[in-house]
Amino acid sequence: MKPLYLLIGALLVAVAWHVGRDPSHPRRWASGAFWALLALLFVGGDAIGPLGAGVIAVALAALAGAGRVVRGPAREEPAAQRAESAARLGHRLFGPALAIPAATVLLVLALKRATWGGRPLLEPQIQTLWALALACLLAGGLALRLTRRGPPDGVHAARDLLEAIGWAGVLPLMLAALGTVFAAAGVGDLLARGVSAVIPVQSAFACVVAYAVGMAAFTMLMGNAFAAFPVMTAGVGLPLLVKLHGADPASMVAIGMLSGYCGTLLTPMAANFNVVPAALLELKDPHGVIRAQAPTGIVLLAVNVLLMYVIVFR
Amino acid sequence: MNLWPLLGVALVVAGFALRLNPLMVVVAAGLATGLFAGLAPDEVLRLLGEGVLRNRYLLLFVLTLPVIGLLERSGLREHAQATIAKLRAVTAGRLLIAYLALRQLMSMLGLTNIAGHAQTVRPLIAPMAEAAAERATGALPPRTRGRLLGLVAGTDNVGLFFGEDVFVAFGAVLLMQGFLESNGIVVEPIRIALWGLPTAIAAFAIHGFRLWRLDARLRREAEAERAESERP
Repeated sequence: MKPLYLLIGALLVAVAWHVGRDPSHPRRWASGAFWALLALLFVGGDAIGPLGAGVIAVALAALAGAGRVVRGPAREEPAAQRAESAARLGHRLFGPALAIPAATVLLVLALKRATWGGRPLLEPQIQTLWALALACLLAGGLALRLTRRGPPDGVHAARDLLEAIGWAGVLPLMLAALGTVFAAAGVGDLLARGVSAVIPVQSAFACVVAYAVGMAAFTMLMGNAFAAFPVMTAGVGLPLLVKLHGADPASMVAIGMLSGYCGTLLTPMAANFNVVPAALLELKDPHGVIRAQAPTGIVLLAVNVLLMYVIVFR
Repeated sequence: MNLWPLLGVALVVAGFALRLNPLMVVVAAGLATGLFAGLAPDEVLRLLGEGVLRNRYLLLFVLTLPVIGLLERSGLREHAQATIAKLRAVTAGRLLIAYLALRQLMSMLGLTNIAGHAQTVRPLIAPMAEAAAERATGALPPRTRGRLLGLVAGTDNVGLFFGEDVFVAFGAVLLMQGFLESNGIVVEPIRIALWGLPTAIAAFAIHGFRLWRLDARLRREAEAERAESERP
């Protein structure tokens, strides 16, 4: 993973450098420092160690909290020029954009087969990440050739997009770190014990509701169904549904996890799915994505409760 | 039993409700939770830092930005819009239903990284949906446009979430199987994956139904918003 982190770090260093040197940027020092500190996590992560990374996390939060991480003036080409270039390049513009997904798939398949001295070249968990990164490099090369520009233009283009996303891009990372702290402090067990203390455990339906809705609610708090799953299943699913009411465990966990996903649709804590895209699409309402998917999430959760009740006791 | 760590959860909820900066809220909640759990300040920082370092892969999307940015500067969004504007049969609702089906099927095959908010939504699907909607209703007023774009991103999420759990080799399925096994219950992963299918179908039906009604809804909302802005 190290080369990938260095690559991300190098891009972030370049972004920080351009932001810091831009006299027309309203907050060039603070914003530049934000991206530079983030770059440090990637370039020097192992050398800084966990304590250093923790201090950087606090500094990033302080800069963002003080409202100092803002967007510089965008340097877009004028609309007429973009339209002219669109007409000239036509469908060829889709090539590099579609090369990212296409090359990712091919590389995943290739990396699955690649071995080095009888062992897989890359661990299975990181094959997809490597494939995506390599696909981006390949697509980057294609894009540079097609648009007849140089790598510095790529950095500038990335800077505009990254500044449009802003601190929201770092939120998924901090939420994951918060999950680590929650786990160490035993927050999950406390909540699961609370849930099982307040429901009428003799009713099978009440237990189904507690497990499915609990998964959703807990996922909303933790921002991640994977974090909610072991806690809710150990605290409510296994003791009440499987042991007390004789539910089928395989279907129970499958629908339980998907109930958690309904919660993911409803929470700003799942920042990479709900907050980053709102920033990426430059929506005025930071919760615009959540608002749009809430009806689907709520109705689907209700359907999940019914499905679980019908399926696990069949 | 030490109930104090729960205050960290309350801090998160309160911080989001008060619309404080989420990055600050999350880090502050992490510090508070660790301290309330009785850890020393440097231990809390170390724990937080470990979480950050271990999850750095979450910023991998940054590598797509130079490609997308370069293409956008050369008119990718304009071209995506022009292409869709020529296809009369394509409405915003139909486009998104097709995208939802494609995204869900791809995720079921384990191809989750093939699409995403940075890779496909911003450069391709969002401008296409906008162009299709504008052909039907005329230029979209700002609030209606924002709601449409929010739904485009939401459609990507629904397709991803409710497809991937049906894929056996997906982490979630293995996580569930491993968890059951460590609790003395042995099940085959394929059984867990297959029981994800009813919810996957329900998700497509529910979200697809909303998208099917989208075109009429956009027309109505755009008219209402225009009428509102014309009122003195």
